[in-house]
Amino acid sequence: MRQRSQRRSFPTHVLVFLAPAVLLYSMFMVYPLINSLRLSLFEIGAQNQMSFNGLQNYVKLFSDSNFAPFFWRALKNNFVFFAVHMLVQNPIGLLLAALLAEGGKIRNFFRTIIFMPTVLSVVIIGFIWQLILNPLWGVAESMLKAVHLGYLFGPWLGKPESALVTVSLISVWQFVGIPMILFYAALIGIPDELTEAARVDGATGWDIFWRVKFPLILPTVGIVGILTFVGNFNAFDLIYTMKGANAGPDFSTDIMGTLFYRTFFGQQLQLGNPAMGATVAAMMFLIILTGVLLYMFLWARRVQTYEM
Amino acid sequence: MRKTFMMISLLVALSLALTACGGGTATPPPAAEKVTLTIESWRNDDLSIWSDKIIPAFEAKYPNIHVVFAPTAPAEYNGVLNTKLEGGTAGDLITCRPFDASLKLFQSGYLASLNDLSGMENFGDVAKSAWITDDGADVFCVPMASVIHGFFYNKDIFDKYGLQEPTTREEFFAVLQTLKDNGETPLVMGTADQWEAATMGFQNIGPNYWKGEDGRQALIKGTGKYTDEAYVKTLKELADWEPFLPEGFEAVKYPDAQSLFTLGKGAIYPTGSWEISQFEKDAAFKLGIFKPYVEKAGDTCYISDHTDIAIGMNAKTAHSAEAKTFLSWVASDEFAKLYANALPGFFPLSSAAVTLDDPLANEFISWRQECKSTIRNSYQILSRGEPNLENELWRVSAAVINGSLTAEQGAKELQDGLDKWYKP
Repeated sequence: MRQRSQRRSFPTHVLVFLAPAVLLYSMFMVYPLINSLRLSLFEIGAQNQMSFNGLQNYVKLFSDSNFAPFFWRALKNNFVFFAVHMLVQNPIGLLLAALLAEGGKIRNFFRTIIFMPTVLSVVIIGFIWQLILNPLWGVAESMLKAVHLGYLFGPWLGKPESALVTVSLISVWQFVGIPMILFYAALIGIPDELTEAARVDGATGWDIFWRVKFPLILPTVGIVGILTFVGNFNAFDLIYTMKGANAGPDFSTDIMGTLFYRTFFGQQLQLGNPAMGATVAAMMFLIILTGVLLYMFLWARRVQTYEM
Repeated sequence: MRKTFMMISLLVALSLALTACGGGTATPPPAAEKVTLTIESWRNDDLSIWSDKIIPAFEAKYPNIHVVFAPTAPAEYNGVLNTKLEGGTAGDLITCRPFDASLKLFQSGYLASLNDLSGMENFGDVAKSAWITDDGADVFCVPMASVIHGFFYNKDIFDKYGLQEPTTREEFFAVLQTLKDNGETPLVMGTADQWEAATMGFQNIGPNYWKGEDGRQALIKGTGKYTDEAYVKTLKELADWEPFLPEGFEAVKYPDAQSLFTLGKGAIYPTGSWEISQFEKDAAFKLGIFKPYVEKAGDTCYISDHTDIAIGMNAKTAHSAEAKTFLSWVASDEFAKLYANALPGFFPLSSAAVTLDDPLANEFISWRQECKSTIRNSYQILSRGEPNLENELWRVSAAVINGSLTAEQGAKELQDGLDKWYKP
């Protein structure tokens, strides 16, 4: 009897409201994701027949001489790509945010200018920077020459030792607006009373920033970190635009995204291998999942959030 | 609540009925006289050539057949075509990519065998090699065009320094040195895109070293290896080009190199015949071409006459007789002449002698009489496995020019990669 009354009081309208989101999300996100993970457990034969082969694809990815060197190199490159973003993009973002938060009349102008590359298409960014850095008609060389530093210039995008860092820095240039805006929003949310009180106590600007403001925006630091991580391990477009699916020279700019693309869709005469491609995709998913879990359990739970 | 459900199910039923009706009326009535054939293709650049020149010429001859050229974007073609074939909605005639992509379509039963097509006898073995089963039993596409590799040069610059077209390795490097001493950019090529190094470098000059078809077949049979002298020499040759390339060539891309040459800022441009129309349009100077140089004067010359495009028949077409009529016409001299003149730089593959209006195209095609033809050695059979030989050639050729690999190391990496999966 009690059960029945409970069932009757079940709020059906909740289901109705949830249905569109749940349906769409399951159809276009959850189902493809699970299906892709499933595909990574199969082998596709010459006649397109699928046969289950357990974790063989993963073993192949980690140990087979055709896949393992590519996988480890892509993973290593991806960590370099991530490190450049963490070490360059986020500190610069923080610095810019701190400067903007100090006020000044033209801050809106700068905020817009710095954020602008973020909303530009990656194809345009790639095109512009390739022209700037072009050894034949790029402006980079003449600008360096103008300040007598011409000897520093090199075909950075074409050399195996410098191409990855160059591409990473271009990506930093494009996306620096995102950490900046997040830090900025957090910084202007800090009540003036706190900084005023610190100043009354004799703290310098440096002290105020690192001892008062920075601890207060730690949750944002974490969010920026995890957004960078997810974004970088999903990255593909800029490298594909600038260096093609072969991520040259000599695979020096090959990251997980380009490796996935080449494996899954094929390249020139190389035919696509959907099962191995799905395996690479599954690894990307696992890496990102691990990162997000680490963030949630090791950072987000420990960091103190203050009510302001 | 119940009312709403009723309404919804009614609506659904109604819309279903409507679409069913729509489908019914959309199906064309059975063809009375005129049959329409649709061509699937990735050559969307050629749309106007097909609809203004080629198709009218065919329809004038066969008034009961109407042909529609329906191209897709090149990068999407393979995917779109596969989907259409699986769904049974593909056109009657299918433009064929060379080698494995089309072979797979044939093996899956999507392309019809064309062994008994009249006109097929007009094509030699090299011409058919890209669209034939490995055992040579079935041909499934009519070869349409090939591209020939060679060097373009700026005649004005050559005249300025009194230079002649080089024919041997020695002459070639003498020309490069003279140009370099005079402050010109002798050789326009970059390695940023990697494929230029392989396609316009390695496959361009290489056939003279590995003796064209002999070397290519030997690789397939397993009697030849990439570590053989011929291939190491070819790679060394590329490394020797390095001092003559533009400054910062490691980051120079294909369009950069094209612009550099057409702006008159470089003297020699290794490439292929497909550039003719673009270069003739853009260059403000006199263009000349010379064929890949040989090692010593008097050596037999070989050219890369690469089979690139063909056309086949959808095995499930409802109009196979008409489709075959069209294909036979494609195999005829008339089509060869039309196509070659409409697209200078894409040469017909039939044995018919074709006169071309474009002088550069004419010079390119004249090399077929002087030299022996071959195709790019990585395309047939050898690029089926992992690591993919063509990708490896791109990477290794670029790395050898950049100096990050020596010719010997490069050759060894190519052969090691091939040995991993290829058993002759």
